[in-house]
Amino acid sequence: MYRTKFFDHLILLSGVFIMVGPLLVALMTSSHEAADIHRNGLSILPGGHFIETYETVLTREGGFTGKITGLRMMMNSLILGLGFAAGKILLSMLAAYALVYFRFRFATVTFWMIFTTLLLPLEVRILPSYEVMNSLHLTNTYTGLIVPLLASATGTFYFRQFFKSIPDELLEAARIDGAGPFKFFVDVIVPLSKTMMAAIFIIMFVYGWNQYLWPTLMTTDEGFFTLVRGIKQILLVWVGSNIPDYNEAFALAILAMLPPVMIVMIFQRWFIKGLTESDK
Amino acid sequence: MTHAPSLSPTSPAPASATGFFRRFRSTPAEPASAKRVQFSSPFLPYLFLAPQMAIIFIFFYCPSVQAIRSSFYLEDPFGFGSSFVGLANYTDVLKSTEYLGIARFTAVFTALVTFFSLSIGLLLAVKADGVIRGNAAYKTLLIWVYAIAPPVAGLMGMMMFDQHIGPLVKFAGLFGWEMKVGLNYNDTAFAMIVVSVWKQIPYNFIFFLSGLQGIPVSVREAALMDCRSGFRRFRTVILPLLAPTAFFLLIINTTYALFDTFGVIDVMVKDKAANNPITLVYKVYMDGFRGNDLGGSSAQSVILMIIVFVLTIFQFRFIERRVHYN
Repeated sequence: MYRTKFFDHLILLSGVFIMVGPLLVALMTSSHEAADIHRNGLSILPGGHFIETYETVLTREGGFTGKITGLRMMMNSLILGLGFAAGKILLSMLAAYALVYFRFRFATVTFWMIFTTLLLPLEVRILPSYEVMNSLHLTNTYTGLIVPLLASATGTFYFRQFFKSIPDELLEAARIDGAGPFKFFVDVIVPLSKTMMAAIFIIMFVYGWNQYLWPTLMTTDEGFFTLVRGIKQILLVWVGSNIPDYNEAFALAILAMLPPVMIVMIFQRWFIKGLTESDK
Repeated sequence: MTHAPSLSPTSPAPASATGFFRRFRSTPAEPASAKRVQFSSPFLPYLFLAPQMAIIFIFFYCPSVQAIRSSFYLEDPFGFGSSFVGLANYTDVLKSTEYLGIARFTAVFTALVTFFSLSIGLLLAVKADGVIRGNAAYKTLLIWVYAIAPPVAGLMGMMMFDQHIGPLVKFAGLFGWEMKVGLNYNDTAFAMIVVSVWKQIPYNFIFFLSGLQGIPVSVREAALMDCRSGFRRFRTVILPLLAPTAFFLLIINTTYALFDTFGVIDVMVKDKAANNPITLVYKVYMDGFRGNDLGGSSAQSVILMIIVFVLTIFQFRFIERRVHYN
């Protein structure tokens, strides 16, 4: 009995080691000097240059134009993450409300048109999507960065499923009290959906923050680079130089993963709930 | 709603009170899932749907139709119009040995990534479900990596597999394996698979764990009484109950390996795709944006669309079935 438990913990601890180890190493190594890393390799102990490295990464103006800072990239990532999550919730709640609570003529057609977007991820239609954006002059804008990512109906389905689970009696009661569609939405549906909205907001924020392919295509102006988009630039610099700035590369990687990781950790319960209950 | 709803039979009928919205009950032909009571309005539902539909139309339907259209055309490289070539783009693509090689690699890559991330995720979930002490801590620590973007995971991989400082390269060196990630085809493929699996384990872990915790205690206790061997209990009782979750994850993981690993691959091959393994999605990107082969890239897009389409239909049919039996 005790032996089995011992092996269970051993397996779990190796799992934790594999999953968390590289992150810890990246964090610790980022606090050493580049030459030091080049000489001694990665480190699991903190070095003395933590604040220095992160200050440099956040405030030094770099890139090809020499104008982009880590702080600016972080801002852009934040705008993408928040804008995407908020847009997704707004669009999908309204659409799901119409689909569940209204009877109208083209309901079935509309449903299938929205449903179809789940079939094809952005990756398979990147080139024509890019051309549409180009012809609309939306490259290198926040609109171009955020709005096309909204063209998938995942959120609509989460909310549709959730709305369908709300008891019919609520609407009947509201109708008896004389509430119209707007009042019912604002006073009943929105308060009831708060947990659902929080769960979806978290998932969508992480999704938006972590976008890579689309920002890579849409932004050529470094002023619009997100942290995740900037990763490749970091690596290109890394490859080219004699003693690569390992410390700064790691610092940027840590900054790029910090907000989503923190959010998943802090809101773990909502996050897991949103993920497992809505993906079905 | 600011006041308690009144349901007394003497309440006035709402329909005529608002006048504008008519209340009705659905006919039996309606699917059982629809609401019994709905609003009815000539334009409000369209108003609510308008933003979503507009975005879907401009950024989903237009590009998708465009992709299908241009897969039948040959674009002039200097921008002087295009000419209809029928299925030539498709036959060119499917006859190219390079494309077939990439397709083969994609299949192997997808199979390995799916297999390993599923089995490691399942193993950890079963163990985390079994222990009492430290359960929450393990759970928190094991799901961190979910939040990391694929290219950042790729960067972590480049660090672990770095020629000078990578601990995994040194470790492999102990066994006489001289790993050259980025230069040697097989070594790069190995590193890409390791990083992609690492990135996907938490997702599978979360779903398997919630699947395990959904199994009723009574079932577990009954199994415990009937069968002493832990492994046999797992194989004959727990595993069949987890099968729906596993099948769902199988599809999700396949699409992950096909599409979401783009960031990992892009960071790890660093634009030098020549001797390095790449997947089909990366090839679409390379041909479309680097090679300017619009027709070929579009034909590849359409081939991928068909693959995803089949996978997704499969998934939805299955989920429908699961809803039925649960």
